[in-house]
Amino acid sequence: MLVAHALWAQAEIPLDQRQSGSVLLSPSNLALQNDPGLHPASLWLLEGEALWKTPPSNNAPSCASCHGDAQTSMRDVATRYPRPRGAQLQNLEGQINQCRVQRQHQPAWPWESAPLLSVTSWVAHQAKGKAIDDFASPHLKADLAAGRDLFFQRMGQINLSCAQCHDQRWGQKLAGVVIPQAHPTGYPLYRLEWQGVGSLQRRLRNCMNAVRAEPYALGSLELTRLELYLMWRARGMPLEAPALRP
Amino acid sequence: MTATRRQMLCLVGATAVLPAPVVHASPDSARQALQSILGNARPQTGRVTIELPPLVENGNSVVVQVSVSSPMTAQDHVKAIHLVAEGNPLPSIMTAYFYPENGRATFTSRIRLAESQRVWAIAQMSDGSYWQGHADTLVTLSACTEER
Amino acid sequence: MAQARTLITVPAQAKRGELVLVRALIQHPMENGFRHDENGRRIARDMIQSFRCSFNGKEVFRADLQGGIAANPLMQFTLLAQESGTLEFLWEGDNNFRAQAKAQLLVT
Repeated sequence: MLVAHALWAQAEIPLDQRQSGSVLLSPSNLALQNDPGLHPASLWLLEGEALWKTPPSNNAPSCASCHGDAQTSMRDVATRYPRPRGAQLQNLEGQINQCRVQRQHQPAWPWESAPLLSVTSWVAHQAKGKAIDDFASPHLKADLAAGRDLFFQRMGQINLSCAQCHDQRWGQKLAGVVIPQAHPTGYPLYRLEWQGVGSLQRRLRNCMNAVRAEPYALGSLELTRLELYLMWRARGMPLEAPALRP
Repeated sequence: MTATRRQMLCLVGATAVLPAPVVHASPDSARQALQSILGNARPQTGRVTIELPPLVENGNSVVVQVSVSSPMTAQDHVKAIHLVAEGNPLPSIMTAYFYPENGRATFTSRIRLAESQRVWAIAQMSDGSYWQGHADTLVTLSACTEER
Repeated sequence: MAQARTLITVPAQAKRGELVLVRALIQHPMENGFRHDENGRRIARDMIQSFRCSFNGKEVFRADLQGGIAANPLMQFTLLAQESGTLEFLWEGDNNFRAQAKAQLLVT
């Protein structure tokens, strides 16, 4: 596995050249991202905070009943996901739903639903500024390798892989717009294109549509493994959820 | 709007300014919007500053800031500022109403722009006069846009 | 049903005669009626039409929104600090949409 890691590292962007998509924001959009009074995602954070504290029903505990103050208990949680939870590789959204079903005895929130995005944003936001994990655990080996393969796999009618644009041509232009390195540091984030907050997996589906590939389903093992690889690729970079992107 | 065409343009390296979606403003609708604000009045140019980013990454949310120089006293103040976007399917964007309590006739908001265009700000003063200013902007579109 | 989320940013206190910046943000899709879903059907219009702010019961800012305002709209304007009091905000729009918010301003 060490050999495989070394081989991947050759294809990767050198660690000290990695940069968040925030560097590509216009001054106007950067001002929005950096000011909580202007950032539209603040509204999702308010919702997430309220959901964190409110019991979902009379007999069920709130998130706060078990986890207390999110600022303390969730202070670096988002840096360590996706991770295996029971039999399944879960991203942060999946983990929140797992708690919701098993601990709160409520139906899982649908992927990309407002409450799930709000709570995920609230939890991820608590880790803002913290370094992303290095995902070195042996339990992650197989999923990480599978995620890496997806990143390097040509897809769709356009027959491009993630790596061809985001490892090899970042900084160059596509249709007049600079290609970012595509790190997941800001998710969930407010995308102007969506006019709302959305998850990394939603964004990955957009990319797959763009190369005319049938996108994997939200919550699929493929997307979760790709998410794991992207987080590993961004290891050590600071989280900045929720970010703003065009 | 045809997402397919936008995606193909995205990948064959089209120019930065993509064609607008299906609905266009006609020069008439922009003229009508200005007409309904001004009536027979002739606006003077000056006193009104409208700021837009010169290049916009996504027309869905464009920060616009308008300021009008005025003492904002009970006797001499800005009553209203109208925003008109020439290139939008509905050129009338909004009207903001002011009072001496504001201290300054200025506001900031976020608007949607369908395409590269000129945006007008027309100020209506307490003495019945109208003043105008404008700003031009280029609207591009992020690559790899969405189709759910 | 809970009302739409709002976020008001205003300094907690200001000196008399100071110019105070007031920001009001609200969660709303501002669907303009020009968009289509993936089946080609038009998504119905659903917009906020008016925004009002009053201070101690008197209107101090109003905006009529006709179109072309971004989703999750922001309104930012100024207020001359003359006396302490309560700012009240009201948004109204299509489909009987209504949302309110309040903020206190202390003027010393």
